[in-house]
Amino acid sequence: MTDRSGRFGIHGGQYIPETLMNAVIELEEAYNFYKNDPEFNRELSELLNEYAGRPSRLYHAKKMTEDLDGAKIYLKREDLNHTGAHKINNVLGQALLAKKMGKTRLIAETGAGQHGVAAATAAALMGMECVIFMGEEDTVRQALNVYRMRLLGAEVVPVKTGTATLKDAVSEVMREWTSRVDDTLYCLGSVMGPHPFPTIVRDFQAVISKEIKEQILEKEGRLPDAVIACVGGGSNAIGSFYNFIEDPEVRLIGCEAAGRGVDTPETAATIGTGRLGIFHGMKSYFCQDEYGQIAPVYSISAGLDYPGIGPEHAYLHDTGRAEYVPVTDEEAVCAFEYLAKTEGIIPAIESAHAVAYAMKLAPEMDSDKIIVITISGRGDKDCASVARYRGEDIYE
Amino acid sequence: MSNIKSAFENGKAFIPFITCGDPDLETTAAAVKAAADNGADLIELGIPFSDPTAEGPVIQGANIRALKGGVTTDKIFDLVRELRKTVKIPMVFMTYANVIFSYGAERFISTCRETGIDGLILPDLPFEEKEEFLPVCRKYGVDLISLIAPTSANRISMIAGEAEGFIYIVSSLGVTGTRKEINTDLESIISVVRDTTDIPCAVGFGISTPEQARKMAEISDGAIVGSAIIKLLEKYGKDAPAYIGEYVKSMKDAVRQAE
Repeated sequence: MTDRSGRFGIHGGQYIPETLMNAVIELEEAYNFYKNDPEFNRELSELLNEYAGRPSRLYHAKKMTEDLDGAKIYLKREDLNHTGAHKINNVLGQALLAKKMGKTRLIAETGAGQHGVAAATAAALMGMECVIFMGEEDTVRQALNVYRMRLLGAEVVPVKTGTATLKDAVSEVMREWTSRVDDTLYCLGSVMGPHPFPTIVRDFQAVISKEIKEQILEKEGRLPDAVIACVGGGSNAIGSFYNFIEDPEVRLIGCEAAGRGVDTPETAATIGTGRLGIFHGMKSYFCQDEYGQIAPVYSISAGLDYPGIGPEHAYLHDTGRAEYVPVTDEEAVCAFEYLAKTEGIIPAIESAHAVAYAMKLAPEMDSDKIIVITISGRGDKDCASVARYRGEDIYE
Repeated sequence: MSNIKSAFENGKAFIPFITCGDPDLETTAAAVKAAADNGADLIELGIPFSDPTAEGPVIQGANIRALKGGVTTDKIFDLVRELRKTVKIPMVFMTYANVIFSYGAERFISTCRETGIDGLILPDLPFEEKEEFLPVCRKYGVDLISLIAPTSANRISMIAGEAEGFIYIVSSLGVTGTRKEINTDLESIISVVRDTTDIPCAVGFGISTPEQARKMAEISDGAIVGSAIIKLLEKYGKDAPAYIGEYVKSMKDAVRQAE
């Protein structure tokens, strides 16, 4: 679906400073070589299986299925991966690629901290230097993850500019990369940014849908009727969707963070409220004002608190192949609590957005239908902030 | 073809950058006039953007102050209309791709032509993406300025070969902001440019002192200064134009010595 300039329909591209152009070209050439290199793929498979714990389980949520009294529900348990989220899939791939390219230093942005922890983990494993940029507001929301990153040997730089959240962290990593390109690779955490990142990250995350397909065929002998995942930049969603794109009978549903609602300014639902623009290296949909100033978005979830969406999602939206729906803070928190009580699984607040939509959809479907929800991460990191949302004065 | 080449007909050029609306548009107008009256050869007017990824802390701060003050693209076009009654030297906009894309390329660039803006500098629009705006720029005779960076290497002649107006040579890695030293081998970069094109090239990023400006002007056609001027605005606010005039005069004198 990508052509040489890295376009998905009209979306994507390379809208970055000239200083970075040779760096992204070098990355693209290296990736195009190593993605077909048997030794690289053998090493990556070994890391994913032996270190990260893949394949992740496809779990039949019996109690949730019975309780909702509709479609049969499976959970794709990315929360069971090492470091507790899908982010490790991409990070092991990119860190291995960086190592092959002779880079010795990884820099990365993080919102909820999951990507930062994963990047710090991969850097520790591979003996690389690591610097993580995190919005100052997020360092407060996710203080435990800041400690984790430091424990793993990474330096964490709090970003104070703008809204001090994920978008500002991305801007700051781009600035850092322009100042030091020779030994450093930007280990981008989502399917966004300039080409080739949306393609590289998608390819490394596509293992999720590859496994779902094999597992559901083994368990059910057929494909699911719907695959549901949360979308910020959209890496776990594209990973969950990718191997089903050519199967039109499978509905692909991305759940955006609506924050306090798409009719309020306190939202991060890009497809729901944004329009076409150019930002962070890509053409895609962005929350912005009439003059193209990027909006200060909001969500309870630090991982979905981003004013844009990856270009391939923008394209899947344009073509109608995938659907994007808004889920509010309140709905996500209810789903967070529901999955904990019903299945004994505490999902990340990000993933809870997908659970929340499945709770609406499943009862409307017949019992012979099948839904797969990707639980992109575990929710331990969110317990304190959900407790605060419910009025309890708890800090980590 | 725009008016830009006239900026390089008065010896080595001095090019100041001013963020529109920092701290307000009246001060911007006075600062631009002060710069023009004191020897500036071309003015870069910054249209503030919420997330300026190529800027260091100083110009980021100016962007934030200007946007907080309520400046918009439309108000900046009004400012340019007003300035053009007295300011005759070339003026270009420096901003980010989304500011133009969101306004509509046709509407934005035709308004540049109508108000008297000669060119556009867009740090997030590299060679590979210039078709986004180039056809409209050609239609209205507004130059799309190309940037060449310390990392451009094998790309220099490709970029220079299609450059218009002038070439913006980025002196150093990283973002905008003043630097004690500039260590890039700019002479080698500029010699590749010279082998490819006759279009003037000016060096920017990191320049603040007359001595640095003179050195840069010795190896190129001019020096571009942003953060040092923004610091004056940050320090003196509405009183900054007088200091900016004085500063521009010292910088123009310095680049003259390079001839």
